[in-house]
Amino acid sequence: MRLGSKCLQLLSLLAISSFAFAQTQFDMTPGVTNISHEIYGLHRLMFNWCIGIGVVVFGVMFYSILRHRKSVGHQAAHFHESTLVEIIWTIIPFVILIGMAIPATKTLIAMNDTSKSALTIKITGSQWKWHYDYLEYNDNNKVNVGFLSQLSTPRNQIEVPIRKAGLFPSGIGAHTENTAAPQKDAHYLLEVDRPLVLPTGKKIRFLITSDDVIHSWWVPALAIKRDAVPGFVNEVWALIPAGKEGTYRGQCAELCGKDHGFMPIVIEAKSETDFAQWLKDQEAIAQHEAAEAANSVTAKFSKEELMEEGQENYLANCAMCHQPGGTGLPPAIPALSGSKIANGPVALHIETVLNGRNQMPKFKGVLSPKVLASIITYERNAWANHTGDLVQPSDIVNNK
Amino acid sequence: MSDHHGHDHHHATGIKRWLFTTNHKDIGTMYLVFSLVMFLTGGLMAMAIRAELMYPGLQLLDPNFFNQMTTIHGLIMVFGAVMPAFVGLANWMIPLMIGAPDMALPRLNNWSFWILPFAFSLLIYALIQSMLGHGSAPNFGWTFYAPLSTKYGPPSTDFFIFSVHMMGISSIMGAINIIVTIFNLRAPGMTMMKLPLFVWTWLITPYLLIAGMPVLAGTVTMMLMDRHFGTSFFDAAGGGDPVLFQHVFWFFGHPEVYIMILPSFGIVSAIIPTFARKPLFGYASMVYATASIAFLSFVVWAHHMFTTGLPLAGSLFFMYMTMLIAVPTGVKVFNWVATLWRGSITFEVPMLFSLAFVVLFTIGGLSGLMLAIAPADQQYQDTYFVVAHFHYVLVTGAIFGIFAGVYYWIPKWTGVMFNEAIAKAHFWCSLVTVNLLFFPMHFVGLAGMPRRIPDYSTQFADFNFWISIGGFGFGLSQLLFVWMLWKACQQRQGIKASNQVWEGAEGLEWTLPSPTPYHTFETPPLIK
Ligand code: HEC
Ligand SMILES: [Cu+2]
Repeated sequence: MRLGSKCLQLLSLLAISSFAFAQTQFDMTPGVTNISHEIYGLHRLMFNWCIGIGVVVFGVMFYSILRHRKSVGHQAAHFHESTLVEIIWTIIPFVILIGMAIPATKTLIAMNDTSKSALTIKITGSQWKWHYDYLEYNDNNKVNVGFLSQLSTPRNQIEVPIRKAGLFPSGIGAHTENTAAPQKDAHYLLEVDRPLVLPTGKKIRFLITSDDVIHSWWVPALAIKRDAVPGFVNEVWALIPAGKEGTYRGQCAELCGKDHGFMPIVIEAKSETDFAQWLKDQEAIAQHEAAEAANSVTAKFSKEELMEEGQENYLANCAMCHQPGGTGLPPAIPALSGSKIANGPVALHIETVLNGRNQMPKFKGVLSPKVLASIITYERNAWANHTGDLVQPSDIVNNK
Repeated sequence: MSDHHGHDHHHATGIKRWLFTTNHKDIGTMYLVFSLVMFLTGGLMAMAIRAELMYPGLQLLDPNFFNQMTTIHGLIMVFGAVMPAFVGLANWMIPLMIGAPDMALPRLNNWSFWILPFAFSLLIYALIQSMLGHGSAPNFGWTFYAPLSTKYGPPSTDFFIFSVHMMGISSIMGAINIIVTIFNLRAPGMTMMKLPLFVWTWLITPYLLIAGMPVLAGTVTMMLMDRHFGTSFFDAAGGGDPVLFQHVFWFFGHPEVYIMILPSFGIVSAIIPTFARKPLFGYASMVYATASIAFLSFVVWAHHMFTTGLPLAGSLFFMYMTMLIAVPTGVKVFNWVATLWRGSITFEVPMLFSLAFVVLFTIGGLSGLMLAIAPADQQYQDTYFVVAHFHYVLVTGAIFGIFAGVYYWIPKWTGVMFNEAIAKAHFWCSLVTVNLLFFPMHFVGLAGMPRRIPDYSTQFADFNFWISIGGFGFGLSQLLFVWMLWKACQQRQGIKASNQVWEGAEGLEWTLPSPTPYHTFETPPLIK
């Protein structure tokens, strides 16, 4: 009885899941750029050839399997070579290949032409977020806009606690305590806190590099996948045609460590005028922030303020490695709760965070002094740490 | 001095027999058993991976442990399952096929086997430690790209490096042994163009090993230097280049994939003529095609690197060369089909696996042709489309070839026919589940799912569910294979096999009694 109802459950599950195939994508996206259309065309061309070749080869094979079997009384022939046939089936594939190589070569050449771009953006991969810097737009070659972009899907949607410290002790469930698994977002794992904003109708050049390991910046709709190699800069370009404003999603495509699967890319394509306006706003905001940061260096904040902001900033920037509870993931990532550094001299703590150490990324210039001050204050007073220290933005700036 | 005729009653018994044996049949058996154990171990890891990926969300494995699973799964399957299985078959069959009394270098043979269990223990030890909560096993993918494996690698990376060195030594010794055997120990009259194709493919494969494995050893040595001795081969900060790693790795890695398929070509080329009762079509062109594939395999490595930012000329060169490999590969497939044509075909289990091999390997070959097209590859690269491609050529290619070979020769080894009902169930269950497992991967890959991720966006959920079901099914199906082997090894069970075993079988190995005596061809046979 029990087993029967289980089977029924499984069956209905299967039925539901096959029903949902209606919205499932089977094929490569044709994308929105000319290049992506060309690539899609190449893909279809290759695919159709493969189907054709498959039908012919397997057709002959299955004919032979059906007709030339011993059980229907077929007697074996004795031929075992034919120079003519062998030459023919060497030459025909060769000719087909040339037919494939010509359009492929044309597309490849077009993809490599990064000249005459209107906008230049530097993309830096780092474990496990993307850093976007707008460098040049039209005649303005000192655009000073840049930001981090990282996954915004809440952790409690990702970590589904099927087990707690069971099968694999180093598993995730050992740390999680949540019980109810919330509904997943529509763009689960493909959503970020700040999307990359791009103009349509303009040729955009991307300079791709990395801070740590190799990542790969992949947006299928633009047909761009290019590795971010530490110490080297790769160039690619895209031109999203006017009228194709919208949101395009992608993700990191090269294994880059623990959270490789959680490093999405979201692009918001805006019309040229909207983009120009957006860029202007961002420049103003950047200026304002710089001024505020300069002010905040001298400003003093209360412990409550710093702790509250610190927790938020810590969760956003450090918790993916050091864990929300400060437990780290020993031995690769040390615990901060009870750690010598977080309970030792303040200067050394600041210096570690600013300049990084081995696999610990550096945060100097990445996060503002105020954010860093709040995080370090938080780290020194959260969990098992009770130093009572207050770190102000000025301490960060003055740390040499 | 006692008078010694090489009779088989002198060999040691018990564990000593296996530790000190220099007999090619014993060593072949050990290789095959070892590879089966590794196949099942690697398979368990694959099932852990599929269990995590069955539903979106992280349920079972921590992402870092997931990465260890994909890494060790790949390493074990490539170096522990497929390669030793081929060497095992080579050890067993090459002397029997060329009329030699044993391998040319029997002590080396013993050593090249006995290195392997130690190499893999080291690797698996790191994994067990990790499961007990001590550190992390290698977690950078079986391709271990720098700097993820150098500056960012866990301490157990050094175990991994040592382990790869041992595997390399073992492979190189095995390769030398096989070449020397084939060149020197052929029976009189066994000219090169009379060699069975399995022997030919196993004459060409060792050259790939000898050229490739030292490069791999060099790569891991450079890693070791970068990690501990202050060099910067793969670190731009010290004047090196992470992409250099990929060049050297794939200079080994691409020939490696042919190392894992050429012997299967040889096996299938032995089996299809037997059960079609018709000689192999185009023997000479098969030999030339194998040699051209081997040669081309050294000039295509950068097709794994189209997204690293190769110069245009480089991309074009590697694209053209890769496309060119389709020609000799096509010749092989056409030859197999032509061998079937107007034959008198029967469908014993080795033949079923061989026919499945021809169809499914060809599917893998065709998706390989699509991957060769550099612009399109920039969309396929590092997605499940690639995962589908290489599992078609490695599982339904290499491993189906190995299954076919085992079913074909096992009556010769044990002297009894295997249990056909279990074997057929093994075939049909494997065939259905393997396609459920790998075919939908083409679709999720094209739809945009990257490989090596422990969680995915919900649009991929439906396919992944079915892929996992296929994965568990394929894993369980292999228990049938184990059962069949278990029964086949109980010597008294089953129908006694004749010397020829299969009605259409031809070749020296079928002139020997079944089971083969411990020593064979002590005086070389004469080939007309
Ligand atoms: C990419 C993962 C990662 C991120 C993100 C990260 N850390 Fe770390 N952190 C590490 C690693 C790894 C170490 C150990 C470095 C070593 O090998 O010495 C470390 C060490 C530290 C230490 C020294 C701990 C000790 O006791 O030795 C401090 C303090 C620290 N991190 C603070 C931070 C802060 C603050 C943030 C966020 C702003 C942060 N980390 C973000 C990986 C990370
Ligand atoms: Cu990444």
